[in-house]
Amino acid sequence: MKTFQYERAASAETATTDAATPGAKFIAGGTNLLDLMKLQIETPGKLVDITRLPLGDIESRDDGGLTIGTLVPNSDLAAEPRVIEGYEVLSRALLAGASGQLRNKATTGGNLLQRTRCYYFYDTATPCNKREPGSGCSAIGGFNRILAVLGTSDKCIATHPSDMAVAMRALDATIVTLKADGDRRRIAIADFYRLPGETPEIETVLEPGELITAVELPKPVEGARHLYRKVRDRASYAFALVSVAGVVVMDGTTVKSAALAFGGLGPMPWRNPAVEAALVGKEASDATFAAAADALLADARGFGSNDFKIPLMRRTLIASLRELTGA
Amino acid sequence: MFDFGDGKTNSLTMDKPHPVSLLDTGVQGVISHPLDRVDGPLKVSGSATYSAEYQIDGLAHGVLVGAKIGHGKIVSVDADAVKSLPGVIDVVTDFDTFIKVPQQGGETGAPTQGVKEIDYFGQIVAIVLAESFEAAREAAQLLPITYEKSEGTYDFAAHRDEADKPSDAMIPAHYTQGDVDQAMTDADVTVDLTYITPSQNSAAMEPHASIAVWEDDALTLYSSHQMPTSGAQQLAKSLGISAKKVRIIARYIGGGFGSKLGIAPESVAAAIAAKQLGRPVKAVMARTQVFDATVRRSNTEQRVRLAAGRDGKLTAIGHDSLTSNLASEEYFEPVGIGTHFLYAGENRSITHDMVRLNLLLSGSMRAPGEAVGMVGLECAMDELAEKLGMDPIALRKVNDTQTDPEKQVPHSSRQLSRALDDGARLFGWDKRHAKPAIQREGEWLIGMGVASATRANMLQQSSAKVEIHPDGSATVSSAMTDIGTGSYTILAQIASEILGIPVETITMSLGDTNDPPAAGSGGSWGAGSAGSAVYLACEMLRSNLAKAMDVPEDSLTLKDGMAIGDNRSRAIGDLVGKGMEATGEIKPGKQEKETTQASYGAHFAEVGVNVVTGEVRVRRMLGIFAAGRVLNAKTARSQCLGGMTFGIGTALTEDLIHDTRDGKLVNRDLAEYHVPVNADVPQLEVHFIDERDIHANPIHAKGIGELGIAGAAAAVVNAIYNACGVRVRDMPITCDKLLDGLPPL
Repeated sequence: MKTFQYERAASAETATTDAATPGAKFIAGGTNLLDLMKLQIETPGKLVDITRLPLGDIESRDDGGLTIGTLVPNSDLAAEPRVIEGYEVLSRALLAGASGQLRNKATTGGNLLQRTRCYYFYDTATPCNKREPGSGCSAIGGFNRILAVLGTSDKCIATHPSDMAVAMRALDATIVTLKADGDRRRIAIADFYRLPGETPEIETVLEPGELITAVELPKPVEGARHLYRKVRDRASYAFALVSVAGVVVMDGTTVKSAALAFGGLGPMPWRNPAVEAALVGKEASDATFAAAADALLADARGFGSNDFKIPLMRRTLIASLRELTGA
Repeated sequence: MFDFGDGKTNSLTMDKPHPVSLLDTGVQGVISHPLDRVDGPLKVSGSATYSAEYQIDGLAHGVLVGAKIGHGKIVSVDADAVKSLPGVIDVVTDFDTFIKVPQQGGETGAPTQGVKEIDYFGQIVAIVLAESFEAAREAAQLLPITYEKSEGTYDFAAHRDEADKPSDAMIPAHYTQGDVDQAMTDADVTVDLTYITPSQNSAAMEPHASIAVWEDDALTLYSSHQMPTSGAQQLAKSLGISAKKVRIIARYIGGGFGSKLGIAPESVAAAIAAKQLGRPVKAVMARTQVFDATVRRSNTEQRVRLAAGRDGKLTAIGHDSLTSNLASEEYFEPVGIGTHFLYAGENRSITHDMVRLNLLLSGSMRAPGEAVGMVGLECAMDELAEKLGMDPIALRKVNDTQTDPEKQVPHSSRQLSRALDDGARLFGWDKRHAKPAIQREGEWLIGMGVASATRANMLQQSSAKVEIHPDGSATVSSAMTDIGTGSYTILAQIASEILGIPVETITMSLGDTNDPPAAGSGGSWGAGSAGSAVYLACEMLRSNLAKAMDVPEDSLTLKDGMAIGDNRSRAIGDLVGKGMEATGEIKPGKQEKETTQASYGAHFAEVGVNVVTGEVRVRRMLGIFAAGRVLNAKTARSQCLGGMTFGIGTALTEDLIHDTRDGKLVNRDLAEYHVPVNADVPQLEVHFIDERDIHANPIHAKGIGELGIAGAAAAVVNAIYNACGVRVRDMPITCDKLLDGLPPL
């Protein structure tokens, strides 16, 4: 492990300026970062510890929404009555992830920023454009069973590993940040992540020193059914092969509204308006569901060992829609 | 090493049956009882000292460096580039002496040495020493090494046609009897199927770790070993010093499962570095290095041919396997080891051929042979039963035999049919639908499967010393180990039962080569071998106590610290003067040839297959086992639970994947190499059938540690077929392999 400086942030403002220097990183739960540092995949010169900042509350807003402090642990968020009541998909997604011990440490903001679990990203003996820009992608042409089928580039086919972020994407969360220059930003989760393109090492729109302070959820969708379904290689402590987060409102047998996001498919929590367009205003039926699956997977492309994700996602989506619509 | 001749040694060679055991006549009443582990409180309170935890003054921290090519050689190591980093002491490598691979279990020579030539990705080539672990790790990461790459063979499928016959090792590589081809042609019903199992890693919780301490020319190695006695010999040979100058201390071992049978690269590297530095050196393999550079269970490709009459009686069994190993190595996964004796059948072909690959060493992992070989045999039996229209249990019973079908000698004790029958009753086998894909609960298709269990029994030369102290307490010492199995406890129970000394007053000393030599823990022989050594020592002490009491041995009763006989009663401590000691020594003998010895049992599994995704979840399992005397019902049960859990891993999750482009191991952490976690392991039920094996050893126990895994995976696989009607012959059965066969939504 490379030697690093450690600073405990006195305030969110000083944290952002401390972390704006090159090579600096925030640390909260550390469940991902510390592993990566031990393996020398991340080699920050400085860690700015934000765990003592007052960013650990969950607050109801006047508009009926919920503001989740960035330091709220995954366990607490999953067990929060207001989350279970209004955002069941989030609670379910959180509990589908990691292990009890990890969820106790992992934070809301940190979860959004998890790095990929690509085998080759994790191995400094192999080329990886995300870890070492320009070195090449070992996963293309290699073993890529857990990697992406949507949103890939010829530079990177990594997936985003979070379950929580998939639910947040279906819930239209907004990420609230504080920048080093003191400005605050509110970033829709739809705009938060970046596709790999030519620069897979850049995963979000966050600027140096920019700190996630909270995640806002809009007012709960009334009369919605929630679902988080995760397909995995073992019953616990395994990343999603594919997953679906769904929030659906029915009007009789017609789909009134649908919000669907997907894990395990792409480099970011995946959402495609065409999927929802194929559903809304339509009769809940297998034909409708098949059209939604077609819309989702139209551009899907496997890389060999992950080809199965395409039929697997299709089946999982159809079964999930049956459950969500009661069809 | 086994040369006592001091008049204090009771030695027995198992040339004859041993019909009477003092464990049946003892009255202390502790043998077989489900005693808690005597070392349990130390372990749960963190005060059991594992190899890497010894606090030693002046310790330098070593971090190993693995090669970053799959095949080729080292041109140069630029140690100067990292020596100036803060805290770094030195970079040590010894191209001739460093070991290329770990040693296999029980060998007394050095493993393949020399690391300049790289034969597999991750091969340990150097050790970086620093004042702190972190500094050593940083320098190890940065150490510039220049390689010259050459073509390697990494792809089993591409090279399978180049397989050769390995030399005969644990079992003959090729065995044939009669004419399997002809029998296949002549039979009423046949199956001819190919099963695949991937490479696996033992994934023991504790990584391989050594602390090397030199005092003049004598080396003490605190190290995690299953077999310290032979480990010390391997280490001495590797270093070119006398075995008398090597002491291995392995008091507590955080699991081995075969991966710690022989010495691993960190031991020799630590020893050489400690010598060069003139200070103690600790080397702990990182988890990734345990995966990259210790030992794997070989992948296997198994062609299984079975021929049977309409009555199900087998006329032929063919079990022809391909496995893989490095070109320099002789060990092959003995896939057919259980096939030799499990079922009757006149015509037999059991062969093992080897594909030479540039991948890390393949060697023993829990139940080498049976753990994967019984996937092939027992799944093929299931497929044959279906073809015959027979119940899978009935098919197995029809082919049960009390005579070894190859050696034509009796089985020493064998209750296979009873295990199948009792297990079926306890499990509720009568509720199974013979036709697959019948039972459905919501999205889940439910099915049941069965498989026989067998594991060859072995006895290995072992010794132990038992001392009775004047205060009536006792000490048992042996270079035997407890790798988490319960050796500490069962050996204390054996001594307690025979000597009438309470377990609480018996001090156990295991895992130190300064104590009497023993074969250690491996091959499920530990309890039978070391247990017999303790038995024999206690037998002699009992005889001496009778003399001290001046009563005939057969009228002496020892209980709760008292010796009773001839209407007299004395404290045992009062009979031993300044102390009384004896050493017991057991050796295998003619009984091994005159009988075929194995443990038997049956596995039952009920699984759910998700009809949407193909995800498989085991709903319940039941194992029923006959392994001679059960020495401790609790630790024996735990062994079986562990084995059955391994079976779930083999069937569903474990898959060590190498990149076929360069031999690089792809999934080398516990997040991506999937061993079953708690949520994957449902209610497991374990039953034992009462049994004594008088041919095995004086304690009448057979091996149990690996019995629980043998056949367990096959029961799960067979249950998957019964649940959903999709037959997958390529392990592990992950959801993607079932997907195509599942009904449309």
